[in-house]
Amino acid sequence: MALMKILIAFIIVWPLAGFLFNGLGRNYWSKKVIAYKATGYIMASFIASIFAFLYVQDHGAVSVHYFDFINTDTVKIPFDFKVDALSSLFLLVITGVGSLIHLYSTAYMKEELAPHYARYFSYLNLFIFSMLILVLGDNYVVMFIGWEGVGLCSYLLIGYWFTNGQYNYAAKKAFIMNRIGDLGFLLAIFWLIVRLGTVNYSEVFTAASLAKLSASDITGITLLLFVGAMGKSAQIPLFTWLPDAMAGPTPVSALIHAATMVTAGIYMITRSNLLFSHSAFTQNIIAIIGISTALLAATIAIKQNDIKKVLAYSTVSQLGYMFLGLGVGAYSGAVFHVITHAFFKALLFLGAGSVIHAMHHEQDIRKMGGLKSKLPITHITFLIGCIAIAGLPPFSGFFSKDEILAAAFAKSPIYWVLGLLGAAMTAFYMFRLYATTFLGKFRGTTDQENHLHESPAAMTMPLILLAIASAIAGAIGIPEIMGGQHWLSHQLVPIVGMPVELGLSPFVEWTLMSVSVSIALIALLMAISIYTKKTDQEPTTAMGKFFYNKWHIDELYNATIVQPLNNFAGFLKNVIEKQVIDGAVNGTGKLVQYSARKVRLIQNGQVGYYILFMVFGIILLFILWFNDLAIVRFFYQMTKFN
Amino acid sequence: MLLVSFLLIPFLAALVLLFIKDNKTAQWIAIAFSVINLLCALQIFGNAIPDFDAAWLSNVNSRFVLHSDGLSKILILLTAISFPAIFIATIKNDYKKRNVFLSLMFFTQAGLIGVFLAADALLFYFFWELALIPVYFLCSIWGGEKRIAITFKFFIYTFLGSLLMLAGILFLNAHTLDHSFLITSFTKATLTPAQQTTAFLLFFIAFAIKMPLFPLHTWQPDTYEQSPTAVTMVLSAVMVKMGLYGVIRWLLPLFPMAVQGASGWVVAVSVIGILYASFIAIRQDDLKRLIAYSSIAHIGLMNAALFSQHQIGVQGVLVQLFSHGINVLGLWIVADIIEQQTGTRSMQAMGGLAKKQPTLAILLVGFALANIALPLTNSFVGEFLMFNSLFQFNVWAAAAAGVSIVLAAIYTLNMVQKVAYGEIGESIQKMTAPNKPAQAVLILLLLMVLITGVYAQPLFTLTADTLHKLFVK
Repeated sequence: MALMKILIAFIIVWPLAGFLFNGLGRNYWSKKVIAYKATGYIMASFIASIFAFLYVQDHGAVSVHYFDFINTDTVKIPFDFKVDALSSLFLLVITGVGSLIHLYSTAYMKEELAPHYARYFSYLNLFIFSMLILVLGDNYVVMFIGWEGVGLCSYLLIGYWFTNGQYNYAAKKAFIMNRIGDLGFLLAIFWLIVRLGTVNYSEVFTAASLAKLSASDITGITLLLFVGAMGKSAQIPLFTWLPDAMAGPTPVSALIHAATMVTAGIYMITRSNLLFSHSAFTQNIIAIIGISTALLAATIAIKQNDIKKVLAYSTVSQLGYMFLGLGVGAYSGAVFHVITHAFFKALLFLGAGSVIHAMHHEQDIRKMGGLKSKLPITHITFLIGCIAIAGLPPFSGFFSKDEILAAAFAKSPIYWVLGLLGAAMTAFYMFRLYATTFLGKFRGTTDQENHLHESPAAMTMPLILLAIASAIAGAIGIPEIMGGQHWLSHQLVPIVGMPVELGLSPFVEWTLMSVSVSIALIALLMAISIYTKKTDQEPTTAMGKFFYNKWHIDELYNATIVQPLNNFAGFLKNVIEKQVIDGAVNGTGKLVQYSARKVRLIQNGQVGYYILFMVFGIILLFILWFNDLAIVRFFYQMTKFN
Repeated sequence: MLLVSFLLIPFLAALVLLFIKDNKTAQWIAIAFSVINLLCALQIFGNAIPDFDAAWLSNVNSRFVLHSDGLSKILILLTAISFPAIFIATIKNDYKKRNVFLSLMFFTQAGLIGVFLAADALLFYFFWELALIPVYFLCSIWGGEKRIAITFKFFIYTFLGSLLMLAGILFLNAHTLDHSFLITSFTKATLTPAQQTTAFLLFFIAFAIKMPLFPLHTWQPDTYEQSPTAVTMVLSAVMVKMGLYGVIRWLLPLFPMAVQGASGWVVAVSVIGILYASFIAIRQDDLKRLIAYSSIAHIGLMNAALFSQHQIGVQGVLVQLFSHGINVLGLWIVADIIEQQTGTRSMQAMGGLAKKQPTLAILLVGFALANIALPLTNSFVGEFLMFNSLFQFNVWAAAAAGVSIVLAAIYTLNMVQKVAYGEIGESIQKMTAPNKPAQAVLILLLLMVLITGVYAQPLFTLTADTLHKLFVK
């Protein structure tokens, strides 16, 4: 135990040390020192995570107590960490993918001046630190600390190039939309505290606690938690920040806005699966929102021409799949998809970064093409990522997506059909992206063409490693009908219980699988055949424009929420505050002045008047003292309404 | 004797300073006295401090009694930290007749400490006014161009409140068995519900003006804007806490029935005020006014938590009294540095501070994050407990007040964006060398933000006795 306490502390202290080291020393260290420290610290954290993971494999979950975050008579929030089957997996993904992305960043960001280079890495380290707190926390409040911490780092990194006003705007938008979700999360925490007096997982997820919660309590709490997840994991209606978040440096998009932070919502719901499983209503909502988000984002992705925007909408869409999985009760399927998605989406973003790097900051795929021969490693790894996300066997995305789709089918064939539609679109837009970028002829300037180059080893090595992972990670969840053991679902038994028997015959399962694979295959072949030769021009059809313009959702929010609230605030400031309230105050003041001028006339030097007023005054006091003023009684009556 | 020394040090400093004509010397003497006071104040973490009791206005049966519990201690700590911080942070500011200025500041400090220690109502009233009157002179002599009208309004407003409170004190005095002004006698007074309500209203209006609570708040943004920043800092870091202090010290224990009856109304008005002030803050272009409205929103939340009448909420307020003071002080110091160096408070012409003075920009972001109660900054702990209490009182009140955490993110990040990010604006361009003493103070304050944000237990322990007196009967 004591050893684990040190080991777990070790995992999170390294990234914190990196943050402080580079943050405080940003004007002093050379770029080399900065890069070594930042990457090395995360790798150290990764190694410690491996030990923690192995410990859990042998000895089961372990909780460690550090100090009391809040300890009062009425509520106790310990600062506890827990390493168990779920969090140990996330530890590996966060620090593993995190290390690779740090390594990649050392080359990708090398044009930055040293102080900014250090600032970048300190933020990135702080992000890992916050993300680790999020998954290690043994209660909802500690999770919330990490939850808002990653939001802050996301804000800082999206707005990393802070002189650009648009980037700042995107950063602010991300933070504010996340805050809306956070409010839901907080209210859920308060609700738990009111009903149970605790937020510790080990106390909340017990039969005794469940017995204390009414059905509406559980529905309310789970819905509010889901609002939190919506914000962080970019689901309808809180998803529009994620595509804008692409303003940040590309490795940031890979780490935060694809592999780790945006999956926090899935982590949270999986962690709370006991509560969610008790509210069919919430589960249905999650499934519906999940599949809707998956489809909505996919339609937009088809029409985008910015390489990062396509990937961003793809991420939103894939997160939608994960929520579909959660909604139909396939918790281990959702976690499986989190893991495989972390690999292939990080890979795709880093590949995109390598392309952007080679193209000298060009992101429009219409100006690319034919990069296949110029960037061989980037090309091959990107292709592997595309196959993985399109869901072709034996690459990882196939297994995880298929598990979700099978569970969706068992719940309702409608979910499955919609899911299939989404899968077809995914294959289509990914290979549209691939073909437009890598196949055909180069369409950029000759200057760009002459400078095309494969990225340095620090960038290609992470690509290769992630490509390998994207290709083989499916092995952790090969379903039984394929003769596999499904290691992952056994691993997660302590968290989500035994996998639910779907009741599908092997014939049905095989059929579902072949249908989805064939559809994906058709879609990707179509995309390749279309986009090898031509690129998308400005859309002409109404539907094309609608998708190209992202369903006009930003404009809709602006017109229905942002502008009205802004106007309302202006009305309060200029009319209510200045004229009504302050007007009343100043008016009272003027009235007093006016009456004072009149009252002055009473002081005319005749003693008789003075005595008269004195008597009045005494009578008034007398009434006040012994009978209480009528107005006082009036107020007293008013307060009785409660 | 310790309690008296808290009072004697600032009085002594105020008197000494009147004879120091040289600005530099006056400055250093002020810092020295305020640091000594701070060192004294740190003794409160030790054992129980004996009360001080002396005869005072014996013909009306009022005694000079000083008593300290957790509530007093945490506010004395805040006062004792604020004054040296303010003196050092504004060391480069130019005040004519600096010694008089500083002397008045010390009179204010004495008044504040007296308010937090007085266990006799008349003595409390005396200090209450003592804290107010020097501020009146400070604002009307050293303030901005509109200072006369604004200060007059401020003075009349708060003085009106004070008079009502005096009436309340006399009213209670008439109903005590021994006709004394001691708070212990007041608690023994038996009042009918109607009498409780009378007294409650008389006190509460005074406190509500001081906080200030919507809709009695319009003196505040003007006053903050027009006062010299050192005074604004005292006003918003410490002096607005007098109102909340009054609620905890006098209203909650003395008029439980009236508080119970009024709670629904007060919470409703407070929550409306929180949202109202947050919305207005979104549209502010003046840096100081933005902080002022933000502060109104935060104080509104504290008041709502007090009237939700759960131990958890009062606990949150006790911590937040301190944390809010530290945070708002940090924000004011940043705003003051910028105003002193650029001559403007309009955010329109700012931008690019992160490029021009990175350290100051980092500090600004730090306090901005504390202002929006990010976890692991000090205000998260307090707000978490306060919202909890509000949630127990009424779910919808908590949800409505909760919207302010989103609004706070909007106006605070707007401010950060306009001031720190973007290309260097025309006013930020004028900024000269960093103000080192002020930045040093900011760094210390930010460390406090983080330390108490991670580990607030010392503050809980310090204030536990006040809670037990209120809730464990």
